[in-house]
Amino acid sequence: MSPVSTPMPVEIEKPAEDELTFVDQPWVTIVWNDPVNLMSYVTHVFTTYFGYSRKKAEKLMLEVHHDGKSAVSTGSREEMERDVQAMHEYGLWATIQKAPR
Amino acid sequence: MGDDPKGSAVSDGFVGQRRGGVLATLSSFEGDLLRSLAQQLVELLRDEVAAPAQTSDPLEELLDFSGPTTAPSDPVLARLFPTAYPDDDEAAGEFRRFTETSLREGKVRSAMLMIETLEQAGLPGELLGEPDEEGLSIDVELDREGAEAWLKSFTDIRLALASRLGVEEGDDEYWDALPEDDPTVHVHDIYQWVGFLQETLVRAL
Repeated sequence: MSPVSTPMPVEIEKPAEDELTFVDQPWVTIVWNDPVNLMSYVTHVFTTYFGYSRKKAEKLMLEVHHDGKSAVSTGSREEMERDVQAMHEYGLWATIQKAPR
Repeated sequence: MGDDPKGSAVSDGFVGQRRGGVLATLSSFEGDLLRSLAQQLVELLRDEVAAPAQTSDPLEELLDFSGPTTAPSDPVLARLFPTAYPDDDEAAGEFRRFTETSLREGKVRSAMLMIETLEQAGLPGELLGEPDEEGLSIDVELDREGAEAWLKSFTDIRLALASRLGVEEGDDEYWDALPEDDPTVHVHDIYQWVGFLQETLVRAL
């Protein structure tokens, strides 16, 4: 018989901080670029709806413009569905997905 | 934006007011054009009634008061109500069922508010082409709430026009090169003019 393993002090690996965030916030709202919406209007939506600073809103808007998309908010699935619905109210093209691993 | 559509007979767009709110002076022709675009949007949103969810059970179908689960067939409506979960049909259907009806109602409300505001500002119910209408202009005043609703309707109108025209990123040269008598040129001018009004409204806030 193989010896039963004796209880050893187990070092529990602490999850890295962003992994913790990941467990708490597994969904993201993605806003996609479209040829119609004005840059000023997209920035306006991000400041008005999300309450983001002008600087942050402009950064996200430019990501949408240059990279084709941007993750504009993170949270629970329910919260993200609310955000996506709001983006559709504003006429932005938004989708919801799990935060990338 | 492409060409600046401003001209002597064209509105300068919205400006902020010292006592709050924003103001735009529109010619009766411009007001009538906006009203007609908003009316068309309302008709489109009400016309193709959101298809109810498909089920095999007739009783369940009759009792199903909830929204649709599949994307609208009209490309304009498909753009106004995008699929929220592109890789998950079931989740997309559920999301649509619970959101599309209220989204439609919200967009109709904003467009109706635009029409009401124009008429309260003095736009005649119908333009008859009488000479005295030519000099007629209206002052449209919006508070913050009204401005947000107008911004949304400007967006919906522009998305609808752009879908019909097939507007693409960076296609200014294409439109500039079209002959003046091409029927899409006029619609594209209107699309740009609505964009100009929207830009001035965002900046005036």
